Amino acid sequence: MSRISKTFELLKQQNKKALIPFVTAGDPQPGFTVPLMHDMVSAGASIIELGVPFSDPMADGPVIQAADERALEHHVSLSDVIAMVKAFREGDENTPVVLMGYLNPIEIMGYQRFAELSADAGIDGVLIVDMPPEEATEFTALMTQHEINTIFLISPTTSAGRIEKINKYASGYLYYVSLKGVTGANTLDIDSVTEKLQQIRAITGLPVGVGFGIKDGETAQAVSRVADAVVVGSALVNQVAEHQNNQQIMNKKVSDVLSDMRNMMDDLA
Amino acid sequence: MPTADNEQVIDYSKYPDERGHFGRFGGLFVAETLMEPLQELREAYEKYSQDEDFLKEFDADLKHYVGRPSPVYFAERLSGKVGGAQIWLKREDLNHTGAHKVNNTIGQALLARRMGKTRIIAETGAGQHGVASATVAARLGLECVVYMGEEDIKRQTANVYRMKLLGAEVVPVTSGSKTLKDALNEAMRDWVTNIDDTFYIIGTVAGPHPYPAIVRDFQSIIGREARDQMLEAAGRLPDALVACVGGGSNAIGLFHEFLNDKEIEIYGVEGGGYGIETGRHAAPLTAGKSGVLHGNRTYLMSDDDGQIIETHCISAGLDYPGVGPEHAWLKETGRANYSSVTDEEALQAFHELTRIEGIIPALESSHALAYATKLAAQKSPDDIILVNLSGRGDKDIHTVAELEGIKV
Ligand SMILES: Cc1ncc(COP(=O)(O)O)c(C=O)c1O
Repeated sequence: MSRISKTFELLKQQNKKALIPFVTAGDPQPGFTVPLMHDMVSAGASIIELGVPFSDPMADGPVIQAADERALEHHVSLSDVIAMVKAFREGDENTPVVLMGYLNPIEIMGYQRFAELSADAGIDGVLIVDMPPEEATEFTALMTQHEINTIFLISPTTSAGRIEKINKYASGYLYYVSLKGVTGANTLDIDSVTEKLQQIRAITGLPVGVGFGIKDGETAQAVSRVADAVVVGSALVNQVAEHQNNQQIMNKKVSDVLSDMRNMMDDLA
Repeated sequence: MPTADNEQVIDYSKYPDERGHFGRFGGLFVAETLMEPLQELREAYEKYSQDEDFLKEFDADLKHYVGRPSPVYFAERLSGKVGGAQIWLKREDLNHTGAHKVNNTIGQALLARRMGKTRIIAETGAGQHGVASATVAARLGLECVVYMGEEDIKRQTANVYRMKLLGAEVVPVTSGSKTLKDALNEAMRDWVTNIDDTFYIIGTVAGPHPYPAIVRDFQSIIGREARDQMLEAAGRLPDALVACVGGGSNAIGLFHEFLNDKEIEIYGVEGGGYGIETGRHAAPLTAGKSGVLHGNRTYLMSDDDGQIIETHCISAGLDYPGVGPEHAWLKETGRANYSSVTDEEALQAFHELTRIEGIIPALESSHALAYATKLAAQKSPDDIILVNLSGRGDKDIHTVAELEGIKV
């Protein structure tokens, strides 16, 4: 069983939902990322999504665009991000790590090499924002061979037919994008999320996470009522941006947001 | 590598395949939210591209609004000066709004209206596509928002003002390199947020499937006219075609009709900037590598980490790190040849055409001219080279004047 599946299993036994923070690797500096990952785990993170910085993050709003730009000022590359996960693994063998990013850095590295390096570093899943299942046959097969999960997005516009197709390529969990738009938008409609999740669950047995528009304990709690996992990105990256000059305060602020969410989510249990 | 054999069997009129692939290029690389809207667009385009009413409306607009057919013109004095092949020009500069871009914006805006969309968005570099989009939006009474890099806004002030006069909102893009690629990113972000009422008019043969095919089809009027016109005026087809390549829409517009005429040589000319050897250019086909950006797999300017690198070119319309996937494929099959000319060579061609033919070409088109004169010099006076004069140079006179220390 993959580290991701094990995590969901365990949470289920405890009657808890997964909390999945997203931060951009190397933001604001390469050295900050691994300590931040450990702190996020202490604050209640179940799985970590690590953004691979890209020069043209088309699906991201201003907050994560700026995070990518800060990381790229330090020339943080895909190899660097993989090395960060390897370093994180030295202190944490249990928390799954998912790389999230755009396809071009992986194309340039080569799928084979990416698969090998990722497996070696203890990476558990990959989510490529601009690679729909239609273009992912070769990539998914290679990842599966290396026991790395491929996570795909589902959006409000995704039809039942497409959910079925996506489900065939997906492993680990599915990620439901709660609204039409880019990351960092702030209007999440819990009723329509609930409705869509019913449609998704009728098709898949995989855990379903929900992201986009989750910014505090309350929204996290509301979403965790209906989803298996809550994904939070821009709300954390905002803290990183604001406190980028003080690592200690930065880690504390990010941890505060997460523990607040964790507590509110666990209150339900 | 392509062999002479496989080149023989390719029927270039049959591409892309149903998933938008030109060989290993093209395709559909976008976030999930855009998959259904792109499917909708595919279905609408399949329907209307066979619909007689739609095609009639498109043709009538091209004739009465754009002023088509644009003439072919034998540049006799230029040819005489070069002392080689005859250089002929396809005069897209004479179109309404001053460039080939309007062929495509009319087609896509008509499609938008049939699809019931009330708001159009566009990205622009030189401002030509933005102006062409704002123009058709004004005519059809559609809301129009144009994304433009902050850098480009500075170097194309006249076009920015034209767009505003036409009623469009011009949104400065301040992310990344603040040029065309970033404007495209921003337009995509707008589209994903407003897909219910918004139609995204992409200005070149790039983007996710079906855009490269749609834009090509609308621009192919250039080559279809040119075939008839050359037969009539010269009694035969040209021996070579030359066009500049930014994203590649004017080039594919001319080339596509002739791809299966294997005896005709085809040349695409990229922005060589300060020279390929300096690394400061906009020539992904000449000096880039295969990758994925803006929804398709193609040749790109990206570094060893897969980050997109900044491009340099005197002409904003060529200042793009990618290129349409069909060109990437034509390069690989060997059907077309791609090379580049520098800023300096393009400027020289700009002045030359202006002074001896009385035609002020766009700086983009000047790249094609510069290459054509080099090519002509190696050929005989019996040979005919047809150059796509994609646009007129009025928009560039400030850039040229400034380089020469003159205040206009
Ligand atoms: C006159 C002219 N020619 C060429 C181009 C380059 O675009 P494409 O390669 O799509 O024809 C532009 C773009 O703005 C243009 O304005």
